Amino acid sequence: MSLIRYESQVRPPLVDNNKDYHQVTEDIVRPIEAAPSRLWWTGFLISVALLCFGVYSIYREVTYGIGQWNLSKTIGWGWDITNFVWWVGIGHAGTLISAILLLFRQGWRTGVNRAAEAMTIFAVICAGQFPIWHMGRVWMAFFVLPYANTRGPLWVNFNSPLLWDVFAISTYFTVSLLFWYSGLLPDLATVRDRAKLKWRKYMYGLLSFGWTGSTKHWQRHESLSLVLAGMSTPLVLSVHTVVSFDFATSVIPGWHTTIFPPYFVAGAIFSGFAMVQTLLLISRKVLKLEDYITLEHIEVMNKVIVLTGSIVGIAYLTELFISWYGQNPNEGWAFAQNRVNLFSPYGWSYWLMMGCNVISPQIFWFRKLRRNLVVTFFMSVIVNIGMWFERFVIIVTSIYRDYVPSSWATYYRPSIWEVGFYLGTFGLFFTCYFLFSKFFPVIAVAEIKHILKRSGDNYKKNMYRIEKTSVDEFYHETHANHH
Amino acid sequence: MAVKKFVVGVFTEEEPLFEAVKKVRKAGYKLHEVYTPMPIHGLDQAMGLRDTSIHTAGFLYAIFGTTSMLSFMTWCLTTDWPWNIGGKPHFALPAWIPITFEFTVLCACVGMVLTFCYLCQLAPFVKKHHFNLRSTDDQFTMVIECTSKTNEAELSSFLGGVGATGINVQVAETGWWLGRYDKEQKLFEGQSETVSA
Repeated sequence: MSLIRYESQVRPPLVDNNKDYHQVTEDIVRPIEAAPSRLWWTGFLISVALLCFGVYSIYREVTYGIGQWNLSKTIGWGWDITNFVWWVGIGHAGTLISAILLLFRQGWRTGVNRAAEAMTIFAVICAGQFPIWHMGRVWMAFFVLPYANTRGPLWVNFNSPLLWDVFAISTYFTVSLLFWYSGLLPDLATVRDRAKLKWRKYMYGLLSFGWTGSTKHWQRHESLSLVLAGMSTPLVLSVHTVVSFDFATSVIPGWHTTIFPPYFVAGAIFSGFAMVQTLLLISRKVLKLEDYITLEHIEVMNKVIVLTGSIVGIAYLTELFISWYGQNPNEGWAFAQNRVNLFSPYGWSYWLMMGCNVISPQIFWFRKLRRNLVVTFFMSVIVNIGMWFERFVIIVTSIYRDYVPSSWATYYRPSIWEVGFYLGTFGLFFTCYFLFSKFFPVIAVAEIKHILKRSGDNYKKNMYRIEKTSVDEFYHETHANHH
Repeated sequence: MAVKKFVVGVFTEEEPLFEAVKKVRKAGYKLHEVYTPMPIHGLDQAMGLRDTSIHTAGFLYAIFGTTSMLSFMTWCLTTDWPWNIGGKPHFALPAWIPITFEFTVLCACVGMVLTFCYLCQLAPFVKKHHFNLRSTDDQFTMVIECTSKTNEAELSSFLGGVGATGINVQVAETGWWLGRYDKEQKLFEGQSETVSA
């Protein structure tokens, strides 16, 4: 029994209830092979309905112009860019779980990484909609690409953060998709090889690219995953850094802040983990995957939420301190009057943000609350509301009172089509997620099997024997068998 | 594509595999491949496979990305159409770091995935012979090629001795072909098998 990799007894099992390899396959692939439940259909149809509303809202915006939204000369960015930043941020948790935690060798990621990566991809698709349709004349969207055009060629402005965004978001989407799909190949092959129906054999045969599971292929696959993870890690940090540059490199009081990159990245991870919690709490229940997405998984994610929430809190306070310490009257006004002052027109949104993002997640210092599913679900929604308001506060409260007091009277409210567009991306996101959970394994089957003999509940007991073994014996035993 | 004859040994646990691989190689049999449902660390070394250099390929793609994007932007904004943006220098290196970085990552990732697919011969519509369908589920399948010196019966009993629970003989194509998984295709019918010395 040389292959038992040592894992301390202190760590709780990551797979509950006496599973063997076949049982793992059964549990995770079964929902794909069964007919979708009534609950699935209900959720799916609601999502499609929302999506249709979103499509109609975009239709209005494209046909009648950007005037369908309540943007004005003063408030040029409103809900639309708020939603963009919010969705991109949500995507980040998927990469954090799949890439950064892979580099840190965190075994618990295996239970949640597949769903989180899928969430990343869908969230980035949703995010991408906003800047594209915000262009107004969307048929000219390709102007952002550097190609030899008929205007000179006049090249794009490579010095502009908005163009950096084009590169950052499209690279991020491509890399996330490749990472996700290369990880899916072995699991799709698993579905293919147990398929009974003709169409399923055909479809999954097509999708799995002829994967066999050969040792050489696994060796390359592991190497590929590791390098992709190594590159996704700085990538994910760069993407939200670049998003924050959209604001930070401007000279608008309230945006022109050097703290933005780390603060945006922390906020992105914070809201992304909250979204992962929302999705997984539902998925584990509906797909009966409680043995794989255990309370331990929920608890560690709540720890990440309280950590990143507190980092975000420190960032908010630092901003306030620096705006006072810097003694720039415009910046001081933007923070003290437009945000912190509860009785200013948008003061309510600042305090809503503070309440949701900084104060309420502190309840996760208590183990009992971290392990409470109802509290976790409730908090995951609260955090995402708070993080939406963070972007709203940054964007709207910084620009609704510009340098010309005559334009201060505008109080920005979204039009129904702005709201409709936002709801439409919810529809898009959940439509994609429902299809994913029906046709793809929501948990990485091969990766669970890989950690099963170390972290499976039934194999954990073997660790007692190893803990009694001396280091010399353990080394000798494991090494003797590997050569 | 060559058609060859193989003796297939199926294992239900991964632990005996290491010992078995060692014995098979020591006995001089020609180990074709071991198929497993998940990566098993150390099995590649045990089989005597060399390390993959796919990460080196990734590094080369990354260098290509960095240099090509940086020189492209330099050419665009300093030579082809020098553009006065707020009186800033035409060669604005710090402002190009984000795009250079993103393109480096993009090239490295796309290049590596394509290389991976090429090396492992993975693509839509690619079909291969699968020795044991449960080797993507819970079984570990060791495949040994029959050469002119191999005695099948002897090899089968040898595999039983090293822990294989199911043993069979299969004639199979070693390469890939374009096909679909819902249809049985035996492309090699009527073709005689190649036996290496």
